[in-house]
This record gives sequence, C-alpha cells and structure tokens, in this order.
Amino acid sequence: MSTILALVEHDAGVPRKVSLQVLAAARALADDVHAVAFGPGAADAAAALGAHGATTLHTFDDAAVTSYATGPHAVALAAALDASGAGVLLYPADPFLTDIVARTAVRRGAGVITDAVDLTVADDGLVATKAIFGGDMLSQCRVRDGHQAFVGIKANAFAAADDADGEPAAVSSLAVTLSDEDRRIEILDVVEQESGDRPEMTEASIIAAGGRGLGDAEGFQLIERLADTLGGAVGASRAATDAGWYPHQHQIGQTGKTVAPQLYIGSGISGAIQHRAGMQTSQLIAAINTDPDAPIFSIADFGVVGDLHKVVPALIDEIERRSE
Amino acid sequence: MRIICPVKRVPDTAADKHVDPQDHTVDRDRSDPVLNANDEWAIEEALQIAERTEGAEIIALCMGPDQAGTTVRKALSYGLDGAIQITDDAVAGSDAVATARVLAAALADEPFDLIIMGNQSSDARTMLVPAMLAEHLGVPALTYVKDLEIDGDVFTAKRETPAGHQVVRATGPLVVSVVEAINEPRYPTFKGIMAAKKKTVDVRDLVALGVDAAEVGLDGSRTAIVDIAPRPPKEAGRVVTDDGSGAVGAEALADWLVEQKIL
Ligand SMILES: Cc1cc2nc3c(=O)[nH]c(=O)nc-3n(C[C@H](O)[C@H](O)[C@H](O)COP(=O)(O)OP(=O)(O)OC[C@H]3O[C@@H](n4cnc5c(N)ncnc54)[C@H](O)[C@@H]3O)c2cc1C
Ligand SMILES: Cc1cc2nc3c(=O)[nH]c(=O)nc-3n(C[C@H](O)[C@H](O)[C@H](O)COP(=O)(O)OP(=O)(O)OC[C@H]3O[C@@H](n4cnc5c(N)ncnc54)[C@H](O)[C@@H]3O)c2cc1C
Repeated sequence: MSTILALVEHDAGVPRKVSLQVLAAARALADDVHAVAFGPGAADAAAALGAHGATTLHTFDDAAVTSYATGPHAVALAAALDASGAGVLLYPADPFLTDIVARTAVRRGAGVITDAVDLTVADDGLVATKAIFGGDMLSQCRVRDGHQAFVGIKANAFAAADDADGEPAAVSSLAVTLSDEDRRIEILDVVEQESGDRPEMTEASIIAAGGRGLGDAEGFQLIERLADTLGGAVGASRAATDAGWYPHQHQIGQTGKTVAPQLYIGSGISGAIQHRAGMQTSQLIAAINTDPDAPIFSIADFGVVGDLHKVVPALIDEIERRSE
Repeated sequence: MRIICPVKRVPDTAADKHVDPQDHTVDRDRSDPVLNANDEWAIEEALQIAERTEGAEIIALCMGPDQAGTTVRKALSYGLDGAIQITDDAVAGSDAVATARVLAAALADEPFDLIIMGNQSSDARTMLVPAMLAEHLGVPALTYVKDLEIDGDVFTAKRETPAGHQVVRATGPLVVSVVEAINEPRYPTFKGIMAAKKKTVDVRDLVALGVDAAEVGLDGSRTAIVDIAPRPPKEAGRVVTDDGSGAVGAEALADWLVEQKIL
C-alpha cells in the first residue's frame, strides 16, 4: 500500500497512547508511514513517532491549533495530506478529531469510516471492520476507488509496537496560511476537572464504572479508588450522571460514549440495553451487583453477586496486596 | 430567529436489528423506528430559545423514506412550527458525506440563524454530520455543547471535553450540536400531538433540491458496506456469589484478574 498518514495527538511533544496504536495499525499496512501533529511542541514527538515507525513527521506548531480549534486544524490537515501524498488517513476515533476529519473530508471529497477495530488490504483496497449496533454485528466497509479514505481507529483495537526502535522521524514543517474564516470560533476558556493522573475514559485500557447502586455521589469515591488502583478511568451509567453524581462526559452508553477497553468493571449497574450499547465490545467485562438476575451478568465474563460497598473495598485491598 | 432542527429516524436500541442481506442497509421499518434520542435535547433547546425570543420559528428537517413522516410528526408534536422532509428512493443508503450534502442542499434557499442537532445518532453514531453540514454551508459549528447562551447573533457555548469543558464563541448563522447534559427534554402534550397532525410538512425530492442522484444514496456514497454479520456469541461467564463480607467475591475477582493477566 502507498503512503499512509497518521494523525497524532500529543501532550507537549509526548504522543498519546492511542496515537501510537494508530501508527501500529498504519505500519501493518504500509511501509511508508507519515505522521502529522499540531500545536506547540509537535516536533518534539519526532523521536517517539519515528521509534514507532513514522518516517516523516509533518508539523504545524502555530498556537492557533491548540484546544481543538477545528478551523485551523482542518486547513493544516489538508496541507499534510498534500505534503505526504497519502491516499489513506488514519486517526484516533475521538469526537474532536472527528470534527476536523469531517470538515476535511468534505473539502477533499474523501470518504470517512468511523470506529474501525480491524483493517485489512484486499485487492481493491483497504477494508475496515467496525462493530455496529452496540456490538451486535460486525460490518466490513471500504471507501470507493477514486476517493481518499479517512479511517477512525477505535482506542485499544490495535496494540502499539513493543519493539519501538525506529530512527527519529524527519520533521517537515507545513506551510499553512490561515484566513479569518478559519478562525471564526474563539476559545474563551478551558476548564479541566481535577482527575488526578487518571487516563481519559475513551482511551483507557481499564474502566471502573459505577451506577445507581452506588447510592450517592460519595459512592463514586469508591469507584475512583478502584480506578486508581488499576490505573484506569472512571465511567458512569446514565442513572448516575442524571442524578448529578458524576459528570456527563463520563457517561457510557447509547446517548453517552462508546468504550471498548481491555477491562470494564461495572459496580451497581444493571446493564440496561442502552448502557450495554456503549460497552459491550469491551475485551473483558466484570460486574458486581446484588441482583443475580441483573442483565449485566448475561454479558459479563466474570460476575460477583454481592454488595459493592463490601466487595469493592475488599477488592481494592486484594489488588494492592497482590501488586506489592 | 429561525431555527432548524435536523432529526433522524433510527431503530429503537432495544429492538432486534434487521439488515438487508442484499444491500446491507438497515431495515428501519422492522426495527421499531423512533426519533433519535439525542435530537430530543436539540428540540428542547430550540423550544427554550424560542420561548425567550420574539418571533422565533423552529423547522424540523428530516431525510428519510416516506415512513419518516411519523418521525417528523413526532418532532412537530413538541410544538415546532413546520418541517421539511426529504424523501427520494435515490437517497436510501447515503453515507455521512452524502447525508450532509442532501441536508445542506435542503437549506440552500432556507434562511436560518441556528441549526441545532444531536451530537450523534443512536444507530450509525458517526458524529460526522454536524461538522460536515456546517462545512457544506460554510458556517462555523459549535459541537458537543452542554450550555448555550445567545446574545443577538453571538453564540457562546460550553463545549464538553473529555476532561471538562471549553467556553467557545462564534457569530451566527451556525451549527450547534448538543449533548444530553444540556437540558431535560419535555414530553409532547396532547395539544401538541393534535396540532402536529394539522401542520404542513414540505416534502421534497432530489429534483426539487437540485441534487444529482448519482452523488448520493447507496451508489453515490464514498463509503460502501462490503459485508455485515452478527458478532460471534460470547462464552457464558463465571459468576461467584459473595458471602456478605465482600471477601469471597473480592478474592475470586482478584484471582480472575490475575488469570486474565490484568494484575
Ligand atoms: C433513549 C435512552 C437513552 C439512554 N442512554 C443511556 C446511556 O447512554 N447510558 C446509560 O447508562 N443508560 C442510558 N439509558 C438509561 C438506561 O435505560 C438505564 O435506565 C440506566 O442505564 C440505568 O442505570 P443503572 O444501571 O445505574 O441503574 P439501575 O438500572 O437502577 O441499576 C442499579 C443496579 O444496582 C444494583 N445495586 C443496588 N444496590 C447495590 C449494591 N449495594 N451493590 C451492588 N449492586 C447494587 C441493582 O441490583 C441494580 O441492578 C437510556 C435510556 C433511554 C430510554
Ligand atoms: C451501523 C452503521 C454504521 C455506519 N457507518 C458509517 C461510516 O463509518 N461512515 C459513513 O460515512 N456513514 C456510515 N453510516 C451511514 C450513516 O448512518 C448515515 O450517513 C446517516 O444518515 C448519517 O450519519 P449518522 O447517523 O452517523 O449521523 P451523526 O453524525 O451521528 O448524527 C448527528 C446528527 O445528524 C442529524 N442527522 C443524521 N442523519 C440525518 C437524517 N437522515 N436526517 C436529518 N438529520 C440527520 C441528526 O440531528 C443527528 O442527531 C453508517 C450507518 C449505519 C447504520
């Protein structure tokens, strides 16, 4: 396959975990993988991205492309597609990159496939597999010939290379001119909640989730402790976010986020179909619930019928004891 | 203020999904079709804006088959003023790019100050349409909005991020996509349901929109579904009953985590 361009997110030059997974997906398909990164510090990612297989890193480090400013990002992404000559763009499937990719696709006449969990090359091009309808079905999709293909890669579907020993990527800075049109959205403030060192829910390998069974907002402290013991993120059911026990961006399910971590542990969550639609494709599912008939047990790999207020603290102790 | 609410007809999440084995499209009529839940928050926000803005008008916009008429009536029953329905055999099976293209064409001659819509549909969930629609129309999009303030034609929004929110501002006309946290949708009233039956729905086809049928639908879309199949069933899991102290359940679960190489 010809050159693939991988869209990378980074924190001050340190690539996000999902970005390295995207590089691994690209490397499996093409010998020549280029990366593109935006915002201040982008060039500092060259060593890590090269180690993970990128030959060239295209950068646009203007401060205008921070904080998910869609307009400037879309212009810079189009420039990177031109500079790399890539026919395929792989990007981490997250909401903000989706906005940028959506705009760029319209400009470029590209086709977009979201949330791919596997990629193969058939004689007529790239075929992406996605889990649809809450994971009840798998579909194989492709972008028709003659159009660039933009494919969103679901977090944790690919493993980042563990033999990351490539040479640093050659840095090439993009020539981008932004117009007033591109800067129509003003970012007035960025407010982040205190979440310790917890990973973001949509890219975490482990998610500890809590529901109405927690009883109150304080109950989430228990879920946060469990998440921290496992190095995971915190998720919530709609009953919990609706009650104001935990912020909405942590809601998993039909009207919230779709997650597919390596491990999902749900406590005090019944497993309603609308919740399952957001977590059913997790690789491993564990559940703690007092009700042996709770629907969550029908999809759990491991279930504990018991009181979460007893089981979760004891579990935290067990994990700490075994990790010593 | 003229507000457009794009609304989608989707299979109920709880219903069995039926996919046509020939063309791989969802058979929405056999899957208990409903109004996409996220669009209800958009409708609610539009209603609240209209309640505090004199002379405001809200128009639903739906691309779908004949039967999408029920979805449009449902949207109207909340108290919207009118609706545009795009129905044409040639749009069936449109991907996100083609859908946005058709919705944009329907708005080409429609004045609007605000297009407000759900951030995602519950069936396809691509989250692509709001930004694509905005791009086609050449307007800004404020997406994943959980709080919206309007002052004249200046829109200030809290936009949900993974870690919190951003405060963003843009001048209309524009597209806003909303998340569930924005409001608490009302239920349609009996009066609203009765009134909806009498409202006119402006049904248009591709010719009326001036869109070439070859650019949209199953054949004109840039993406194609090659195959679709049920996911292989999962093996039944293990269940352990705790003794009431938490110890038995915790130990068994920790053992399993070790077995699965999580610990
Ligand atoms: C259109 C629509 C969209 C929706 N979208 C979503 C969505 O995105 N996400 C979502 O989660 N839901 C969604 N829902 C809501 C969904 O149907 C359920 O109502 C919701 O998931 C229930 O949350 P829960 O499991 O926390 O609460 P419940 O269903 O009330 O379950 C609580 C569980 O806790 C257990 N429990 C109680 N006490 C204890 C204890 N001490 N220890 C252990 N277990 C205990 C109970 O046995 C019970 O199983 C949606 C619904 C609709 C109609
Ligand atoms: C399981 C499945 C997977 C799919 N995957 C892809 C894919 O990877 N790439 C792709 O290009 N297409 C895909 N499609 C096609 C996609 O469903 C259609 O393009 C759809 O019309 C728009 O995408 P969406 O529902 O994901 O919209 P989203 O962007 O998730 O929805 C956001 C909002 O757009 C509005 N909206 C969406 N559709 C309509 C409509 N018909 N009429 C009025 N308003 C509307 C609603 O306000 C909705 O809340 C998929 C379809 C299915 C059923």
